[in-house]
Amino acid sequence: MLGRATYLILLTGCVLVTLPLELVLRARVYARPRRWLAACLPVLVVFTLWDYLAIRRGHWSYDPGHVSGVRLLGGVLPLEELLFFLVVPTCALLTYEAVGRVLGRGRPDR
Amino acid sequence: MREYTLAAAGAVVAVVVLELAVLRTGMFRARRYWATIAVVMAFQLLVNGVLACTPIVTYDPGRILGPRIACAPVEDLGFGFAMVTATIGLWRRAGSRG
Repeated sequence: MLGRATYLILLTGCVLVTLPLELVLRARVYARPRRWLAACLPVLVVFTLWDYLAIRRGHWSYDPGHVSGVRLLGGVLPLEELLFFLVVPTCALLTYEAVGRVLGRGRPDR
Repeated sequence: MREYTLAAAGAVVAVVVLELAVLRTGMFRARRYWATIAVVMAFQLLVNGVLACTPIVTYDPGRILGPRIACAPVEDLGFGFAMVTATIGLWRRAGSRG
């Protein structure tokens, strides 16, 4: 229905839906970029590697009709997958900080 | 061979060991962590549903156990749990270092 933008639109939706957690509930994830990267970069590297190996070994595959067609790491990894491993952990951190606020334990550094 | 099943189970074990032996942030005793896991898993089913029902991603039936939730193999729950737990553990660790 949305064609080759489908997966990118899904990821954009994830970012937009969780944005109020930062802006309204003051999760302060994007506001602490060094800590954000310290948490997300190792996960990005390890899970991108897993994804790469799984695609190479045929565990799963992506429908060319629903992805942009930009592929990384020798034409194996869809660009969307790299973004997924940045977007989803970020959404999880925003949720974690927002839950901390709601539970009343939202000290900014824990 | 059910390689994805093995990999997902291995990832769950690895991330638990990572927290208990290396990061040691105490998050498994925190209500906040488990509440986050519950919320994130609920949204994972939603996103997985779009990815696997559309389908944007298709799985080789020979590499998984068989049971599916929201079109995606149950192994995806282990994949997601490991990814989110590692992220929160590293976030807590980075925060405690100041």
